[in-house]
Amino acid sequence: MARKQPVVRTLFVTVLAWIVGLIMFFPIFWTAVAALKTESDAYTLPLNWLSTPWTLENFGIVQDRSNYALYIRNTVVIAFLSTILGLCFAVPAAWSMAFAPVKEPSISWSGKRWLATIFLTAFVVGLGLYALNWDLTNRAALGLGALIITTVPLTLWVFSRNTTDALLWMLSTKMMPPAGALIPIYLIFTRNGLVFKDWGWIDLTEWNLMDSFWGMVPLMMLLNLPIIIWMLFTYFKEIPDEILEASRMDGASLWNEITKILLPMAVPGIVSTCLLNLILAWNEAFWSLNLTNRYAAPLSFMISEYSSPEGQFWAKLSAASLMAIVPILIIGWFSQRQLVRGLTFGAVK
Amino acid sequence: MGTIRLNQVRKVFGDTIVIPGADLEINEGEFIVFVGPSGCGKSTLLRLIAGLEDVTSGTISINGTDVTDVPPAERRLAMVFQSYALYPHMSVRDNIAFPLKMAKLPQEKINKAVQLAAAKLNLTDYLDRKPRQLSGGQRQRVAIGRAIVREPTAFLFDEPLSNLDAALRVNMRVEIMQMHKDMKATMIYVTHDQVEAMTMADRIVVLNQGKIEQVGSPLDLYNKPNSRFVAGFIGSPKMNLLENETLGVRPEHIALSDTAGEWHGTVKFAEHLGSDTFLHVDGGSRGNITVRAVGESSFYAGDQIWMTPDKDRIHRFNQEGRVIR
Amino acid sequence: MATTHSQRLGRWVLAPSLAVLSGWAFVPLVIAIYFSFLRYNLQSDNTGWIGLNNFYYFFTDPYFLKNLINTVLLVSFTLATTVIGGVFLALLLDQPFWGRGVVRILMISPFFIMPTVSSLVWKNLIMHPVFGLFAAIQTYFGVLQPLDWFASAPLLSVTIIVSWQWLPYATLILLTALQSLDEEQKDASEMDGAGPIAYFRYIVLPHLARPIAVVVLIETIFLLNIFAEIKVTSAGGFAGNLTYLVFSDLNDSNDIGEAAAGGLVAVVLANLISYFLVRVVGKNLEA
Repeated sequence: MARKQPVVRTLFVTVLAWIVGLIMFFPIFWTAVAALKTESDAYTLPLNWLSTPWTLENFGIVQDRSNYALYIRNTVVIAFLSTILGLCFAVPAAWSMAFAPVKEPSISWSGKRWLATIFLTAFVVGLGLYALNWDLTNRAALGLGALIITTVPLTLWVFSRNTTDALLWMLSTKMMPPAGALIPIYLIFTRNGLVFKDWGWIDLTEWNLMDSFWGMVPLMMLLNLPIIIWMLFTYFKEIPDEILEASRMDGASLWNEITKILLPMAVPGIVSTCLLNLILAWNEAFWSLNLTNRYAAPLSFMISEYSSPEGQFWAKLSAASLMAIVPILIIGWFSQRQLVRGLTFGAVK
Repeated sequence: MGTIRLNQVRKVFGDTIVIPGADLEINEGEFIVFVGPSGCGKSTLLRLIAGLEDVTSGTISINGTDVTDVPPAERRLAMVFQSYALYPHMSVRDNIAFPLKMAKLPQEKINKAVQLAAAKLNLTDYLDRKPRQLSGGQRQRVAIGRAIVREPTAFLFDEPLSNLDAALRVNMRVEIMQMHKDMKATMIYVTHDQVEAMTMADRIVVLNQGKIEQVGSPLDLYNKPNSRFVAGFIGSPKMNLLENETLGVRPEHIALSDTAGEWHGTVKFAEHLGSDTFLHVDGGSRGNITVRAVGESSFYAGDQIWMTPDKDRIHRFNQEGRVIR
Repeated sequence: MATTHSQRLGRWVLAPSLAVLSGWAFVPLVIAIYFSFLRYNLQSDNTGWIGLNNFYYFFTDPYFLKNLINTVLLVSFTLATTVIGGVFLALLLDQPFWGRGVVRILMISPFFIMPTVSSLVWKNLIMHPVFGLFAAIQTYFGVLQPLDWFASAPLLSVTIIVSWQWLPYATLILLTALQSLDEEQKDASEMDGAGPIAYFRYIVLPHLARPIAVVVLIETIFLLNIFAEIKVTSAGGFAGNLTYLVFSDLNDSNDIGEAAAGGLVAVVLANLISYFLVRVVGKNLEA
């Protein structure tokens, strides 16, 4: 048992901690205050925020002016769909890594194997292009060939890793800077017709991913998939093997083993994984700002529209901000402890 | 029906050979105990039979059918785990009903079977509780209930009593034996406790470093151990091994005298248990000798003592540890 | 332990995840490499190979050095603030006091605010030279010409915003680590005659070394990619980082080739750092 702290000390710590906590929270509080003032009062805030009247009109104005309903719908659609899609990929993967880990890599890569694989891929690609009667000297065939010849052996390499390596590799994809992928993704999204046409690929000019859920949902899923897999993996690890073995002895098929035993037992873990993923997807800004502009644009984008000053707009900005952050703030408060596990990749428990 | 046959079963994990090759025939209705020190491969052997591990080579057949490549779910065996492995999110009722649900039995049959099993195991009042609300002994019963409802070909027990306290363990031991008597089903039971093995088994399989050292009835193993290992493992207190471990004699097969006998020694200390007395004797050049005297013995620490081993019950071993008959 | 059967199955169900992540990791990379060798402008489209010239242009761009320095400054200042502040706050919140749960929630809140919101709120409501909160405070203390944050110190302003967002993260993780510190160690060190400072120096700090390393590495990964805070506050010209430079190559000069080359440079930099991160995190994977 810890000894009793002197009251003076507790009092001092209490005052200090509350001051720090209130300072950290102040910008959010201040936003809420400004959102509840009239436009002209918002500009005179610091001095007389208690004496000016309160109003709810800004929330209506935000809805009228920037169609808040559309943006929150988009955010919810992208965040939820990407989470569900992510779970579809991650649950089997995490099950596999937690309960059927591969200790020995199935292929050991030597220089000879690498060369053979690359040459074989090149040969097959060349044969394919030749059979399709493509001009093997133009840039189109060259680009497509390069894409396949590098991607296939690298993918094979990833597939032949043991479980620990595969997991680490998955985490490392999270570290890829978006700046590096910006150009390719931008080209695929906006001008895919151009990219692929230039490569002699089928004409996909009509197939436009820019500013669409078809582009944003899978992209968001890919961004967060490593974290989802990682978190589920750590939660699955905590379930004893014997319970799953017992279900196998009881005659359960793999499907029943996963749906009747594993998933119900892992519900708390799955819920916190989903919450973290929702937070990350909700607040994502880089890709949202670059790849959406209206139809599939989320709240991040709506707020960024307020960046150019136009007359008096603070109260409206604050109201919009408040409407954008409140749902996720509440989710965040509930899932703060799980956040540590997810965002340190398990390095801190 | 319930015969199980292992033919040259071999299991290798990476570079370590766990089971170098086991042959065993288990008859219908037998209570077989796998016993051996920890790490001897007894649990692995059980899990191979269950299908939770696959064999490196060799075959396993149940009721004459080769099941080597059959997944555990289709072997119709039931297993009770050391940790009980109850499903924590299900009530006791659902735990017991689970194997029947998996077998897609109609609901009324399931209900009836669960009621029956619960009545047999005194669990009727607990059917709607979750496993975490039960005591260790009750959890053990639920695990057994889950095993018996589906009337399996054979029962597998993996050290089921080791998480219980001593008193409860004796009770459960009796209950399992009673269950075996009632059901007349084949049972395979893994334990490291030779007392459990001796009291429960029809036949005991002694394992040492993955090899089957000896198979036989408890008294066979006690009276005619094939090897020094079996001789040392079966019986309590342990058999005395003298003369460079070539001569073995059990503590209870030595006659005592304070005047004359074959071996002379000094009592180092005596354990007076009432029913028995264990004397730990310094036998001089022979080393330490344990002697068991029936009832209350008059020897105390420091006393001089003469001991005479029973000529018919001396075991002699060769250098490799095999018995010489 | 699993059977060969379930391992084979495991491979198959792992395959979709590995496949999509492989695609995500390698396909854009190969496309970026390909385009980085092209003279390619959104207006004039593809006008041929130019070898390594895109990299040359990117490195000799006057903004490259400036933005590289900005990146380093932004990352290191933010790291310093969040780690030092985080240790202090974690120690504070680890003490028993009234309303701990509420203060904890107040503390962590900034981390859940989307970057666009925090940027605009700070820029307008707090750092505005005339109507902002800081200006009001300065005026209260008699300063006639309050500081125009984004005009006179754009990088510092961005750093403050980013630090405000990431300080809760560092605090939360270090607090979690502190709470896993064995109480008995404190008692033992007291029995050995250690005062509070010696206790902090010889017990707490070594215990925190690893979480601090994790915080530094993970924050670095995210801080290198700070984008919305710079774009939305229109500070790109003065406080832009490498990510922003790649964006502006695409958005302002429409130069696909050079932007692809710049992106690759960012990839190389991030990989150097993530290499160390994986080594630290990897030690935890042994299950």
